[in-house]
Amino acid sequence: MKSKDRNYFKILRAGINTTYQDLGRNNLYHIGIPFSGAMDKRNFQLLNSLLQNDYNSPVLEFAYQGPHLKYFGKDIFFCISGNVSFKIITKEGVIDGNSYQCYLLKNGDEVDIHSTNKSVYGYFSINGTFGVDYYWGSCSINTQAQIGPNNGNKFSKDLEIEIIEINNSFNKRKLDYLGSTIENIRVIKGTNYDYFSESSQNKFFKESFKITKLSDRMGMRLEGPKIENVVDPNIKSEGLVKGVIQITSAGDPIIMLSDHGTIGGYPKIATVISADYDRLVQLTPGSNIKFKDVSLKDAETLYKLYQMETNNLISQIK
Amino acid sequence: MIKNILNLGDAALYCDFGSDVNQEINSNVIKYFYHIKKLNLKGITNLTPSYNKLIISYDLNIHSFLSLKKKIENIEIKENNKLETKLIEIPVCCDNNFALDIKRVENKLKLKSEIILEKFFSKNYFCYMTGFVAGMPFLGDLNQEMRLKRLETPRVKVPKGSVGITEQFCNIYTFETPGGWNILGNTPQNIFDTSNQSNPNLVNPGDTIKFYRITLDQYNEIKR
Repeated sequence: MKSKDRNYFKILRAGINTTYQDLGRNNLYHIGIPFSGAMDKRNFQLLNSLLQNDYNSPVLEFAYQGPHLKYFGKDIFFCISGNVSFKIITKEGVIDGNSYQCYLLKNGDEVDIHSTNKSVYGYFSINGTFGVDYYWGSCSINTQAQIGPNNGNKFSKDLEIEIIEINNSFNKRKLDYLGSTIENIRVIKGTNYDYFSESSQNKFFKESFKITKLSDRMGMRLEGPKIENVVDPNIKSEGLVKGVIQITSAGDPIIMLSDHGTIGGYPKIATVISADYDRLVQLTPGSNIKFKDVSLKDAETLYKLYQMETNNLISQIK
Repeated sequence: MIKNILNLGDAALYCDFGSDVNQEINSNVIKYFYHIKKLNLKGITNLTPSYNKLIISYDLNIHSFLSLKKKIENIEIKENNKLETKLIEIPVCCDNNFALDIKRVENKLKLKSEIILEKFFSKNYFCYMTGFVAGMPFLGDLNQEMRLKRLETPRVKVPKGSVGITEQFCNIYTFETPGGWNILGNTPQNIFDTSNQSNPNLVNPGDTIKFYRITLDQYNEIKR
């Protein structure tokens, strides 16, 4: 391709953990490959809706500090979702951007994504399609198993992000949305709940846990009152799912997230409900978490409500 | 054959086949796994067979726990359904650079390294499941006198290709990952092939593995 025909971003700074994500890959747990996909599915969905892209189009996911990108090509729109501070640098000057709003980029313009605010993940995309390779039906990068585009690695400086298609009939759109926070993380009791002493069961729900720095796309390690196991600190290794809370031999909870190992041998005290997963992953290291017990039936209803809320937000985009 | 179905969170069935770990129970898990996989049911997002459990993840927009549970309970599987499995031979080099824990294993089992390795290579192993990381096979069973616990402190990085033992099981590290198994050697063979998307796993549940010992020269030859 002649360079003047190309539309692409050059990465001036990669950010801490910038990857391609979509909705992830299914039906591969049995060979050891997790779902992956965008951590915060609501913000992923909102972004593709804002940009009028296909619902499963690839986006850039970043954590904490995002990338600094320089654009080369014909006019394009971009949008960012999540609670994110970023600047748009053009020949006319520098402006602060707002999430959930679309902005025009011309050849040579830059987007500098400083940070996510009081949250972990943010998303960036354009009114068009990034040139990505698909692995088992998904372009999600799983850096742990080195699966996905860019040889399964996170983005690095000087890499170029190709755009293979621009939607020319696009109209600028926006959404007034401040994000969604939550007081307690709701869980369903786990299959090994009775492995733990009664006082530890009480502590698990009454006291709060601190999210440690040992948290990433694979899992979230918590610190707090020790959870005492009175049966066996290990179980026969078995399958895990997103949101499962295992208690390690040391008595600390660890929550499995989207890139988690598919099999584990620690007892499961609880599982985070699907309705609260997007908000769980946005909690930053150092903040506190409190768990609340709900029934399976309530969890199913809460998920439906959460989906309705998301669809409602999508309908408010204009 | 499924003893009991519980929920694991709000989007997965937890099918219990019994509390023991043996090949009979595990073969039942594997039969169910392949059977359900073939049915290609809409809204099933993952199936995870393990020693004695099968976890079925589903899309909450399509199924609820009770309705899917009923569907799974109504599945009939013929007991004499034969599994299609294969025998796979895998070379392992036990050079000192690879046998990271041979000294520890000698001490714990109170056996000389040559005896340990002789016993290890004298048996075929059954693949109970694959996972944790992509393609990692969980194999068994080791002879009674070969069983020991994991390392007290897991390694932060176990080299790719490492062959380890713990309790009645052995495994192969398909990627460099943290891990606590006792490492006896290393295979130059690629166990998980990302570029082969239709069949990335060399070893699948139900298969039988025969390890055979190779020299460092042979190892380097295969690696080349």
